Amino acid sequence: MRQSLLALLAKEPAHGYELKQALETIFGGAYPSPNIGQIYVTLGRLEKDGYVRSVDVEQANRPNKKVYYITAAGREALETWVEEPSEGPRVRDEFFMKLVLAPMTGLSDRMALVNRQRRHYLALMRDLRELAERTDPANRVALLLIEGAMLHLQADLDWLERCQEDLP
Amino acid sequence: MTADAPVVRAVNLVKIYQTGGLPVPAVRGVDLTVEAGEFVAIMGPSGSGKSTFVHMLGGLDTRTSGEIWLDGRRADTLSESGWAVLRREKIGFVFQFFNLVANMTVADNVELPALLGGVSPRQARERREYLLGELGLADRAEASPAQLSGGEQQRVALARALANQPRLLLADEPTGNLDSRNTRDVLRLLGKVHGQGQTIVLVTHDARVASMADRVVSLLDGQIVDDGAIPKSRRRPLGAAGDVVELRS
Ligand SMILES: Nc1ncnc2c1ncn2[C@@H]1O[C@H](COP(=O)(O)OP(=O)(O)O)[C@@H](O)[C@H]1O
Ligand SMILES: [Mg+2]
Repeated sequence: MRQSLLALLAKEPAHGYELKQALETIFGGAYPSPNIGQIYVTLGRLEKDGYVRSVDVEQANRPNKKVYYITAAGREALETWVEEPSEGPRVRDEFFMKLVLAPMTGLSDRMALVNRQRRHYLALMRDLRELAERTDPANRVALLLIEGAMLHLQADLDWLERCQEDLP
Repeated sequence: MTADAPVVRAVNLVKIYQTGGLPVPAVRGVDLTVEAGEFVAIMGPSGSGKSTFVHMLGGLDTRTSGEIWLDGRRADTLSESGWAVLRREKIGFVFQFFNLVANMTVADNVELPALLGGVSPRQARERREYLLGELGLADRAEASPAQLSGGEQQRVALARALANQPRLLLADEPTGNLDSRNTRDVLRLLGKVHGQGQTIVLVTHDARVASMADRVVSLLDGQIVDDGAIPKSRRRPLGAAGDVVELRS
Protein backbone atom coordinates (compact mmCIF):
# COMPACT_ATOMS: atom_id res chain seq x y z
CA MET A 1 0.00 0.00 0.00
CA ARG A 2 2.91 2.40 0.68
CA GLN A 3 3.81 2.68 -2.97
CA SER A 4 0.29 2.96 -4.26
CA LEU A 5 -0.37 5.85 -1.88
CA LEU A 6 2.89 7.50 -2.91
CA ALA A 7 1.95 7.09 -6.56
CA LEU A 8 -1.45 8.66 -6.01
CA LEU A 9 0.12 11.54 -4.10
CA ALA A 10 2.69 12.03 -6.87
CA LYS A 11 -0.27 12.83 -9.09
CA GLU A 12 -1.82 15.32 -6.68
CA PRO A 13 -2.09 16.07 -2.97
CA ALA A 14 -5.03 14.37 -1.28
CA HIS A 15 -6.52 13.53 2.07
CA GLY A 16 -6.88 10.01 3.40
CA TYR A 17 -10.44 9.39 2.33
CA GLU A 18 -9.78 10.60 -1.21
CA LEU A 19 -6.93 8.08 -1.46
CA LYS A 20 -9.19 5.27 -0.36
CA GLN A 21 -11.80 6.26 -2.93
CA ALA A 22 -9.22 6.57 -5.69
CA LEU A 23 -7.92 3.05 -5.07
CA GLU A 24 -11.43 1.62 -5.16
CA THR A 25 -12.37 3.47 -8.33
CA ILE A 26 -9.23 2.49 -10.20
CA PHE A 27 -9.06 -1.19 -9.26
CA GLY A 28 -12.72 -2.03 -8.81
CA GLY A 29 -14.28 -4.90 -6.93
CA ALA A 30 -11.37 -7.32 -7.13
CA TYR A 31 -9.18 -5.05 -5.05
CA PRO A 32 -9.26 -5.61 -1.31
CA SER A 33 -10.76 -2.32 -0.28
CA PRO A 34 -8.33 -0.76 2.21
CA ASN A 35 -9.90 0.46 5.40
CA ILE A 36 -9.43 4.07 6.26
CA GLY A 37 -7.48 3.18 9.41
CA GLN A 38 -4.88 1.29 7.39
CA ILE A 39 -4.53 4.25 5.09
CA TYR A 40 -3.91 6.68 7.94
CA VAL A 41 -1.41 4.33 9.57
CA THR A 42 0.47 4.00 6.27
CA LEU A 43 0.38 7.75 5.70
CA GLY A 44 1.76 8.23 9.23
CA ARG A 45 4.66 5.92 8.48
CA LEU A 46 5.36 7.61 5.16
CA GLU A 47 5.38 10.95 6.95
CA LYS A 48 7.80 9.66 9.58
CA ASP A 49 10.10 8.42 6.82
CA GLY A 50 10.01 11.85 5.20
CA TYR A 51 8.24 10.67 2.04
CA VAL A 52 5.12 12.74 2.56
CA ARG A 53 4.14 15.86 4.51
CA SER A 54 0.75 17.05 5.54
CA VAL A 55 -0.92 20.42 5.97
CA ASP A 56 -4.08 21.21 7.84
CA VAL A 57 -6.66 22.78 5.63
CA GLU A 58 -9.41 24.67 7.35
CA GLN A 59 -12.97 23.81 6.48
CA ALA A 60 -16.07 25.79 7.23
CA ASN A 61 -18.15 24.24 10.06
CA ARG A 62 -16.00 21.12 10.15
CA PRO A 63 -12.75 19.99 11.73
CA ASN A 64 -9.57 20.70 9.78
CA LYS A 65 -8.73 18.31 7.02
CA LYS A 66 -5.23 16.90 6.69
CA VAL A 67 -4.00 17.07 3.12
CA TYR A 68 -0.93 15.02 2.24
CA TYR A 69 1.62 15.78 -0.43
CA ILE A 70 4.72 13.95 -1.61
CA THR A 71 8.27 15.15 -0.84
CA ALA A 72 11.38 14.95 -3.02
CA ALA A 73 12.52 11.91 -1.04
CA GLY A 74 9.10 10.36 -1.62
CA ARG A 75 9.42 10.86 -5.35
CA GLU A 76 12.81 9.25 -5.29
CA ALA A 77 11.51 6.23 -3.37
CA LEU A 78 8.66 5.95 -5.84
CA GLU A 79 11.04 6.08 -8.79
CA THR A 80 13.16 3.31 -7.31
CA TRP A 81 10.06 1.18 -6.81
CA VAL A 82 8.84 1.72 -10.38
CA GLU A 83 12.21 0.94 -11.89
CA GLU A 84 13.07 -2.25 -10.05
CA PRO A 85 11.64 -5.50 -11.41
CA SER A 86 8.73 -6.84 -9.37
CA GLU A 87 8.84 -10.22 -7.70
CA GLY A 88 7.18 -13.07 -9.55
CA PRO A 89 4.24 -14.76 -7.90
CA ARG A 90 5.02 -17.29 -5.23
CA VAL A 91 3.83 -20.82 -5.58
CA ARG A 92 0.90 -21.60 -3.32
CA ASP A 93 2.93 -23.68 -0.99
CA GLU A 94 0.48 -24.08 1.85
CA PHE A 95 -1.60 -26.60 -0.03
CA PHE A 96 1.52 -28.34 -1.33
CA MET A 97 2.77 -28.70 2.25
CA LYS A 98 -0.49 -30.34 3.20
CA LEU A 99 -0.39 -32.55 0.17
CA VAL A 100 3.10 -33.80 0.86
CA LEU A 101 2.96 -34.00 4.63
CA ALA A 102 -0.61 -34.91 5.59
CA PRO A 103 -0.56 -38.42 4.11
CA MET A 104 2.58 -39.17 6.12
CA THR A 105 0.66 -38.49 9.29
CA GLY A 106 -2.26 -40.66 8.20
CA LEU A 107 -4.56 -37.65 8.53
CA SER A 108 -5.75 -37.66 4.97
CA ASP A 109 -5.05 -39.25 1.65
CA ARG A 110 -3.76 -37.30 -1.31
CA MET A 111 -6.66 -38.10 -3.59
CA ALA A 112 -9.14 -36.61 -1.13
CA LEU A 113 -6.98 -33.51 -0.62
CA VAL A 114 -6.56 -32.90 -4.34
CA ASN A 115 -10.25 -33.40 -5.01
CA ARG A 116 -11.30 -31.01 -2.28
CA GLN A 117 -8.80 -28.43 -3.45
CA ARG A 118 -9.98 -28.70 -7.05
CA ARG A 119 -13.56 -28.06 -6.05
CA HIS A 120 -12.41 -25.11 -3.96
CA TYR A 121 -10.49 -23.58 -6.89
CA LEU A 122 -13.52 -23.99 -9.11
CA ALA A 123 -15.68 -22.24 -6.54
CA LEU A 124 -13.18 -19.37 -6.51
CA MET A 125 -13.24 -19.32 -10.29
CA ARG A 126 -17.00 -19.05 -10.26
CA ASP A 127 -16.74 -16.06 -7.91
CA LEU A 128 -14.24 -14.40 -10.23
CA ARG A 129 -16.45 -15.00 -13.23
CA GLU A 130 -19.43 -13.50 -11.47
CA LEU A 131 -17.33 -10.57 -10.32
CA ALA A 132 -16.19 -9.98 -13.91
CA GLU A 133 -19.81 -10.05 -15.08
CA ARG A 134 -20.73 -7.42 -12.50
CA THR A 135 -17.77 -5.20 -13.30
CA ASP A 136 -18.24 -2.17 -15.52
CA PRO A 137 -16.99 -3.26 -18.98
CA ALA A 138 -15.34 0.14 -19.36
CA ASN A 139 -13.10 -0.48 -16.35
CA ARG A 140 -10.19 -2.15 -18.16
CA VAL A 141 -7.99 -2.04 -15.07
CA ALA A 142 -10.43 -3.93 -12.88
CA LEU A 143 -11.17 -6.50 -15.60
CA LEU A 144 -7.49 -7.14 -16.25
CA LEU A 145 -6.93 -7.61 -12.56
CA ILE A 146 -9.68 -10.22 -12.46
CA GLU A 147 -8.32 -11.89 -15.59
CA GLY A 148 -4.90 -12.07 -13.95
CA ALA A 149 -6.42 -13.75 -10.92
CA MET A 150 -8.19 -16.22 -13.23
CA LEU A 151 -5.00 -17.09 -15.05
CA HIS A 152 -3.22 -17.71 -11.75
CA LEU A 153 -6.06 -19.92 -10.62
CA GLN A 154 -5.90 -21.87 -13.88
CA ALA A 155 -2.18 -22.43 -13.31
CA ASP A 156 -2.91 -23.65 -9.78
CA LEU A 157 -5.45 -26.07 -11.14
CA ASP A 158 -3.08 -27.37 -13.80
CA TRP A 159 -0.46 -27.88 -11.14
CA LEU A 160 -2.96 -29.73 -9.01
CA GLU A 161 -3.54 -32.09 -11.90
CA ARG A 162 0.19 -32.70 -12.19
CA CYS A 163 0.34 -33.45 -8.46
CA GLN A 164 -2.49 -35.91 -8.82
CA GLU A 165 -0.72 -37.65 -11.68
CA ASP A 166 2.73 -37.80 -10.20
CA LEU A 167 2.35 -38.18 -6.43
CA PRO A 168 1.40 -41.73 -5.49
CA MET B 1 -38.45 -43.44 -22.70
CA THR B 2 -39.97 -42.44 -19.42
CA ALA B 3 -40.34 -38.73 -18.91
CA ASP B 4 -38.06 -38.47 -15.91
CA ALA B 5 -35.39 -40.93 -17.02
CA PRO B 6 -31.88 -39.51 -16.76
CA VAL B 7 -30.59 -38.07 -20.03
CA VAL B 8 -27.39 -40.08 -19.67
CA ARG B 9 -26.70 -43.24 -17.76
CA ALA B 10 -23.41 -45.05 -18.19
CA VAL B 11 -23.03 -48.29 -16.29
CA ASN B 12 -19.62 -49.81 -15.71
CA LEU B 13 -18.46 -48.51 -19.05
CA VAL B 14 -15.17 -49.90 -20.34
CA LYS B 15 -13.09 -49.15 -23.41
CA ILE B 16 -9.97 -51.07 -24.24
CA TYR B 17 -8.19 -50.09 -27.44
CA GLN B 18 -6.47 -52.95 -29.16
CA THR B 19 -4.43 -51.70 -32.04
CA GLY B 20 -1.69 -54.17 -32.78
CA GLY B 21 0.42 -54.64 -29.68
CA LEU B 22 -0.70 -54.28 -26.08
CA PRO B 23 -4.30 -53.49 -25.19
CA VAL B 24 -4.75 -49.93 -23.92
CA PRO B 25 -7.45 -49.60 -21.26
CA ALA B 26 -8.70 -46.05 -21.85
CA VAL B 27 -11.90 -46.14 -19.77
CA ARG B 28 -12.06 -48.56 -16.89
CA GLY B 29 -15.49 -49.00 -15.40
CA VAL B 30 -17.17 -45.61 -15.39
CA ASP B 31 -20.61 -45.05 -13.88
CA LEU B 32 -22.25 -41.74 -14.55
CA THR B 33 -25.82 -40.50 -14.41
CA VAL B 34 -26.79 -37.10 -15.75
CA GLU B 35 -30.27 -35.76 -15.10
CA ALA B 36 -32.18 -33.52 -17.49
CA GLY B 37 -30.98 -29.95 -17.28
CA GLU B 38 -27.71 -30.79 -15.56
CA PHE B 39 -24.40 -29.32 -16.67
CA VAL B 40 -21.54 -31.71 -15.98
CA ALA B 41 -17.91 -30.82 -16.61
CA ILE B 42 -15.38 -33.61 -17.07
CA MET B 43 -11.81 -32.81 -16.12
CA GLY B 44 -8.63 -34.80 -15.87
CA PRO B 45 -5.09 -35.01 -17.19
CA SER B 46 -4.33 -35.65 -20.84
CA GLY B 47 -4.75 -39.34 -21.63
CA SER B 48 -7.13 -39.97 -18.73
CA GLY B 49 -9.89 -41.13 -21.08
CA LYS B 50 -12.08 -38.03 -21.33
CA SER B 51 -12.40 -38.00 -25.11
CA THR B 52 -12.91 -41.74 -25.29
CA PHE B 53 -15.66 -41.50 -22.70
CA VAL B 54 -17.67 -38.74 -24.41
CA HIS B 55 -17.14 -40.34 -27.80
CA MET B 56 -18.74 -43.50 -26.45
CA LEU B 57 -21.63 -41.49 -25.04
CA GLY B 58 -22.18 -40.06 -28.52
CA GLY B 59 -21.83 -43.41 -30.23
CA LEU B 60 -18.70 -42.31 -32.07
CA ASP B 61 -16.60 -45.02 -30.48
CA THR B 62 -17.85 -48.47 -29.52
CA ARG B 63 -17.70 -49.61 -25.95
CA THR B 64 -15.80 -52.73 -24.93
CA SER B 65 -18.29 -53.52 -22.17
CA GLY B 66 -20.86 -51.84 -20.00
CA GLU B 67 -24.10 -50.06 -20.82
CA ILE B 68 -25.08 -46.67 -22.17
CA TRP B 69 -28.61 -45.40 -21.73
CA LEU B 70 -29.70 -42.15 -23.37
CA ASP B 71 -32.99 -40.59 -22.46
CA GLY B 72 -34.16 -43.86 -20.97
CA ARG B 73 -33.24 -45.96 -23.99
CA ARG B 74 -30.49 -48.53 -24.21
CA ALA B 75 -28.00 -47.17 -26.74
CA ASP B 76 -24.83 -49.24 -26.56
CA THR B 77 -26.50 -52.10 -28.42
CA LEU B 78 -27.55 -49.91 -31.35
CA SER B 79 -26.20 -50.47 -34.84
CA GLU B 80 -24.22 -47.72 -36.51
CA SER B 81 -27.30 -46.52 -38.32
CA GLY B 82 -29.29 -46.70 -35.11
CA TRP B 83 -26.71 -44.42 -33.49
CA ALA B 84 -26.84 -42.07 -36.48
CA VAL B 85 -30.58 -41.63 -35.99
CA LEU B 86 -30.21 -41.16 -32.25
CA ARG B 87 -27.50 -38.54 -32.74
CA ARG B 88 -29.53 -36.67 -35.29
CA GLU B 89 -32.54 -36.59 -33.01
CA LYS B 90 -31.01 -36.10 -29.60
CA ILE B 91 -27.34 -35.26 -29.49
CA GLY B 92 -25.26 -32.23 -30.40
CA PHE B 93 -21.57 -33.02 -30.47
CA VAL B 94 -18.66 -30.57 -30.44
CA PHE B 95 -15.48 -32.41 -31.40
CA GLN B 96 -12.07 -31.45 -30.19
CA PHE B 97 -11.12 -30.96 -33.85
CA PHE B 98 -14.38 -29.42 -35.11
CA ASN B 99 -15.21 -31.78 -38.05
CA LEU B 100 -17.01 -29.17 -40.11
CA VAL B 101 -18.14 -30.11 -43.59
CA ALA B 102 -15.43 -28.58 -45.77
CA ASN B 103 -17.42 -27.87 -48.92
CA MET B 104 -20.36 -26.19 -47.18
CA THR B 105 -20.59 -22.62 -45.95
CA VAL B 106 -20.61 -21.86 -42.24
CA ALA B 107 -24.33 -21.09 -42.48
CA ASP B 108 -25.09 -24.44 -44.10
CA ASN B 109 -22.94 -26.31 -41.61
CA VAL B 110 -24.97 -24.84 -38.79
CA GLU B 111 -28.37 -25.19 -40.45
CA LEU B 112 -27.90 -28.75 -41.65
CA PRO B 113 -28.57 -30.56 -38.35
CA ALA B 114 -31.71 -28.52 -37.79
CA LEU B 115 -32.95 -29.28 -41.29
CA LEU B 116 -32.18 -32.97 -40.84
CA GLY B 117 -34.03 -32.75 -37.54
CA GLY B 118 -37.09 -31.69 -39.49
CA VAL B 119 -37.55 -28.00 -38.69
CA SER B 120 -38.58 -25.58 -41.41
CA PRO B 121 -35.88 -23.78 -43.42
CA ARG B 122 -37.01 -20.49 -41.93
CA GLN B 123 -36.66 -21.76 -38.36
CA ALA B 124 -33.29 -23.29 -39.19
CA ARG B 125 -32.11 -19.97 -40.57
CA GLU B 126 -33.34 -18.01 -37.58
CA ARG B 127 -31.69 -20.37 -35.14
CA ARG B 128 -28.46 -20.21 -37.13
CA GLU B 129 -28.53 -16.42 -37.18
CA TYR B 130 -29.12 -16.34 -33.44
CA LEU B 131 -26.30 -18.78 -32.62
CA LEU B 132 -23.71 -17.23 -34.94
CA GLY B 133 -24.66 -13.81 -33.60
CA GLU B 134 -24.17 -14.92 -30.00
CA LEU B 135 -20.75 -16.29 -30.89
CA GLY B 136 -19.61 -13.18 -32.75
CA LEU B 137 -19.66 -14.92 -36.11
CA ALA B 138 -22.59 -13.24 -37.85
CA ASP B 139 -20.34 -11.88 -40.59
CA ARG B 140 -18.71 -15.25 -41.31
CA ALA B 141 -21.89 -17.04 -42.35
CA GLU B 142 -20.98 -17.26 -46.03
CA ALA B 143 -17.35 -18.26 -45.46
CA SER B 144 -16.16 -21.82 -45.92
CA PRO B 145 -14.57 -23.60 -42.96
CA ALA B 146 -11.11 -23.47 -44.54
CA GLN B 147 -11.27 -19.68 -44.46
CA LEU B 148 -11.76 -19.63 -40.70
CA SER B 149 -9.25 -19.60 -37.87
CA GLY B 150 -9.21 -22.56 -35.48
CA GLY B 151 -11.09 -20.53 -32.89
CA GLU B 152 -13.77 -19.56 -35.40
CA GLN B 153 -14.21 -23.15 -36.56
CA GLN B 154 -14.58 -24.23 -32.97
CA ARG B 155 -17.36 -21.72 -32.37
CA VAL B 156 -19.10 -22.77 -35.59
CA ALA B 157 -18.93 -26.35 -34.33
CA LEU B 158 -20.65 -25.26 -31.13
CA ALA B 159 -23.33 -23.41 -33.07
CA ARG B 160 -23.90 -26.50 -35.20
CA ALA B 161 -24.20 -28.70 -32.13
CA LEU B 162 -26.82 -26.39 -30.64
CA ALA B 163 -28.75 -25.84 -33.87
CA ASN B 164 -31.19 -28.61 -33.11
CA GLN B 165 -31.70 -27.75 -29.45
CA PRO B 166 -30.59 -31.31 -28.75
CA ARG B 167 -31.63 -33.28 -25.72
CA LEU B 168 -27.92 -33.62 -24.89
CA LEU B 169 -24.95 -31.44 -25.74
CA LEU B 170 -21.64 -33.31 -25.69
CA ALA B 171 -18.53 -31.22 -26.10
CA ASP B 172 -14.86 -32.11 -26.07
CA GLU B 173 -12.65 -29.15 -25.12
CA PRO B 174 -14.92 -26.60 -26.81
CA THR B 175 -12.70 -23.67 -25.82
CA GLY B 176 -9.36 -25.35 -26.45
CA ASN B 177 -8.49 -23.02 -29.33
CA LEU B 178 -10.07 -19.82 -28.11
CA ASP B 179 -8.58 -16.65 -26.73
CA SER B 180 -10.06 -14.97 -23.69
CA ARG B 181 -12.59 -12.88 -25.52
CA ASN B 182 -13.98 -15.70 -27.62
CA THR B 183 -14.06 -17.95 -24.58
CA ARG B 184 -16.24 -15.33 -22.93
CA ASP B 185 -18.72 -15.50 -25.85
CA VAL B 186 -18.83 -19.29 -25.57
CA LEU B 187 -19.32 -19.12 -21.80
CA ARG B 188 -22.16 -16.67 -22.21
CA LEU B 189 -23.90 -18.88 -24.75
CA LEU B 190 -23.41 -22.01 -22.65
CA GLY B 191 -24.80 -20.15 -19.65
CA LYS B 192 -27.83 -19.06 -21.66
CA VAL B 193 -28.72 -22.45 -23.10
CA HIS B 194 -28.09 -24.13 -19.76
CA GLY B 195 -30.43 -21.59 -18.20
CA GLN B 196 -33.02 -22.64 -20.77
CA GLY B 197 -32.68 -26.24 -19.61
CA GLN B 198 -30.03 -27.61 -21.96
CA THR B 199 -28.34 -30.74 -20.60
CA ILE B 200 -24.58 -30.49 -21.08
CA VAL B 201 -21.70 -32.92 -20.66
CA LEU B 202 -18.49 -31.17 -21.49
CA VAL B 203 -14.81 -32.06 -21.31
CA THR B 204 -12.58 -29.14 -20.40
CA HIS B 205 -9.26 -28.05 -18.97
CA ASP B 206 -10.49 -24.51 -18.70
CA ALA B 207 -11.46 -23.68 -15.15
CA ARG B 208 -13.68 -20.81 -16.33
CA VAL B 209 -15.75 -23.28 -18.32
CA ALA B 210 -15.76 -25.92 -15.59
CA SER B 211 -16.85 -23.34 -13.03
CA MET B 212 -20.12 -22.91 -14.94
CA ALA B 213 -21.06 -26.53 -14.37
CA ASP B 214 -23.36 -27.83 -11.66
CA ARG B 215 -21.10 -30.78 -11.16
CA VAL B 216 -17.52 -31.70 -11.89
CA VAL B 217 -16.37 -35.22 -12.65
CA SER B 218 -12.62 -35.91 -12.49
CA LEU B 219 -11.09 -38.74 -14.44
CA LEU B 220 -7.71 -40.29 -13.75
CA ASP B 221 -6.40 -43.30 -15.64
CA GLY B 222 -9.81 -44.07 -17.06
CA GLN B 223 -11.64 -43.99 -13.74
CA ILE B 224 -13.75 -41.42 -11.94
CA VAL B 225 -11.87 -40.21 -8.88
CA ASP B 226 -14.21 -37.38 -7.95
CA ASP B 227 -17.80 -36.49 -8.76
CA GLY B 228 -19.65 -33.70 -7.05
CA ALA B 229 -21.03 -30.19 -7.01
CA ILE B 230 -18.83 -27.13 -6.93
CA PRO B 231 -19.28 -25.87 -3.39
CA LYS B 232 -20.43 -22.40 -2.42
CA SER B 233 -17.27 -20.53 -1.72
CA ARG B 234 -16.59 -19.77 1.89
CA ARG B 235 -15.62 -16.19 1.36
CA ARG B 236 -17.91 -13.31 1.91
CA PRO B 237 -19.69 -12.20 -1.24
CA LEU B 238 -17.44 -10.36 -3.62
CA GLY B 239 -18.04 -7.04 -5.21
CA ALA B 240 -18.07 -4.46 -2.51
CA ALA B 241 -14.75 -5.36 -0.97
CA GLY B 242 -13.26 -8.35 -2.67
CA ASP B 243 -10.22 -10.12 -1.40
CA VAL B 244 -9.52 -12.09 -4.52
CA VAL B 245 -6.43 -10.23 -5.40
CA GLU B 246 -3.63 -9.09 -3.23
CA LEU B 247 -1.88 -6.06 -4.57
CA ARG B 248 0.54 -5.77 -1.77
CA SER B 249 3.91 -4.16 -1.78
N1 LIG C 1 -7.84 -44.76 -31.31
C1 LIG C 1 -7.03 -45.13 -30.29
N2 LIG C 1 -6.25 -46.22 -30.36
C2 LIG C 1 -5.46 -46.58 -29.36
N3 LIG C 1 -5.36 -45.89 -28.20
C3 LIG C 1 -6.10 -44.79 -28.04
C4 LIG C 1 -6.97 -44.34 -29.09
N4 LIG C 1 -7.59 -43.22 -28.65
C5 LIG C 1 -7.13 -42.97 -27.41
N5 LIG C 1 -6.23 -43.91 -27.04
C6 LIG C 1 -5.55 -44.01 -25.75
O1 LIG C 1 -6.53 -44.05 -24.74
C7 LIG C 1 -6.14 -43.27 -23.62
C8 LIG C 1 -7.19 -42.20 -23.35
O2 LIG C 1 -7.18 -41.30 -24.43
P1 LIG C 1 -8.22 -40.09 -24.54
O3 LIG C 1 -9.58 -40.61 -24.32
O4 LIG C 1 -7.94 -39.39 -25.82
O5 LIG C 1 -7.80 -39.19 -23.30
P2 LIG C 1 -8.04 -37.63 -22.99
O6 LIG C 1 -9.13 -37.16 -23.89
O7 LIG C 1 -8.38 -37.60 -21.55
O8 LIG C 1 -6.74 -36.95 -23.27
C9 LIG C 1 -4.77 -42.73 -23.94
O9 LIG C 1 -3.82 -43.59 -23.38
C10 LIG C 1 -4.73 -42.78 -25.44
O10 LIG C 1 -3.41 -42.93 -25.90
MG1 LIG D 1 -9.09 -35.56 -25.35
